[in-house]
Amino acid sequence: MDGAQRVDDTWSVAGRTFRSRLIVGTGKYKDYAQNAAAAEAAGAEIVTVALRRVNLSDPTQPLLVDYVKPDRFTFLPNTAGCFTGEDAVRTLRLAREAGGWDLVKLEVLSNTKHLLPDMEETLRALKLLISDGFQVMVYCSDDPVYALKLEEAGAAAIMPAAAPIGSGRGIQNFLNLGLIIEQSKVPVLVDAGVGTASDAVLAMEAGCDAVLMNTAIAEAREPLRMATAMKHAVIAGREAYLAGRMDKRTYGDPSSPRAGLI
Amino acid sequence: MNLTLNGEAHVFPPLADLAALISQLGLDGRKVAIERNLEIVPHSAYGKTRLSDGDRIEIVHFIGGG
Repeated sequence: MDGAQRVDDTWSVAGRTFRSRLIVGTGKYKDYAQNAAAAEAAGAEIVTVALRRVNLSDPTQPLLVDYVKPDRFTFLPNTAGCFTGEDAVRTLRLAREAGGWDLVKLEVLSNTKHLLPDMEETLRALKLLISDGFQVMVYCSDDPVYALKLEEAGAAAIMPAAAPIGSGRGIQNFLNLGLIIEQSKVPVLVDAGVGTASDAVLAMEAGCDAVLMNTAIAEAREPLRMATAMKHAVIAGREAYLAGRMDKRTYGDPSSPRAGLI
Repeated sequence: MNLTLNGEAHVFPPLADLAALISQLGLDGRKVAIERNLEIVPHSAYGKTRLSDGDRIEIVHFIGGG
């Protein structure tokens, strides 16, 4: 229902069909209650989640799954914090045991300030995960050459960064994003780097199948309001893409007829 | 018995199995995933997975992330 106005306008990844084209992260919120409310306001059907050690000294701490419920949202476990393929496989095997999901988000970051993906290790990790039976949505750089390698290796979705994670700078390379969208037969999602609603509109107008974001909502002054803005932005961008924009002209062209003037 | 839990050494009275450890820790076993000596233990096997002195146990769950 949420996230798309046209009943027939759905998208599918790894055999699963969704209406909402906005995937939201669950990090950086004030608390899990706000997190859950933002995911609802965004109309999201998929949320990304991370896997970490339980705090054994305080088992009464609030649990994500008690607020953002797995029966309401499709959980997309990520590999945040993994720098090798082996780490990613170990993490996602545990995630699969924790919840039974085989649809996962692979991200293998470079250990740098900019956090951009390590594509050589990402591709190696992807092959390990696929041979272990996972359906893998892959966070990647906006490099069409590597994007094609990922697709040929069996990626379920290609998810290029608009800009570094958490930078809020919007799409930095429309040319590359367009080339990736043009060549890909699996869904393409802009993942990371979205800052505000117009960035999401532009991603969808460019022809992305969906957008994944976390910080843009969580660090807005009013996260719930920004979640609503992002929901509308993704719908607006998608509808504009489907509608097909007018041609650009050099000169003005009056909207009122020239004929019949008094 | 001595167990390494999430990287830290702990001393427990003798525990029969993994289910007993989960209970001792006050955790809900349905909401975690567990590795014993780097091998994942399925939820269905908690009650029949014996613990040995020196076992390294990782107990993880989902938290917020992007």
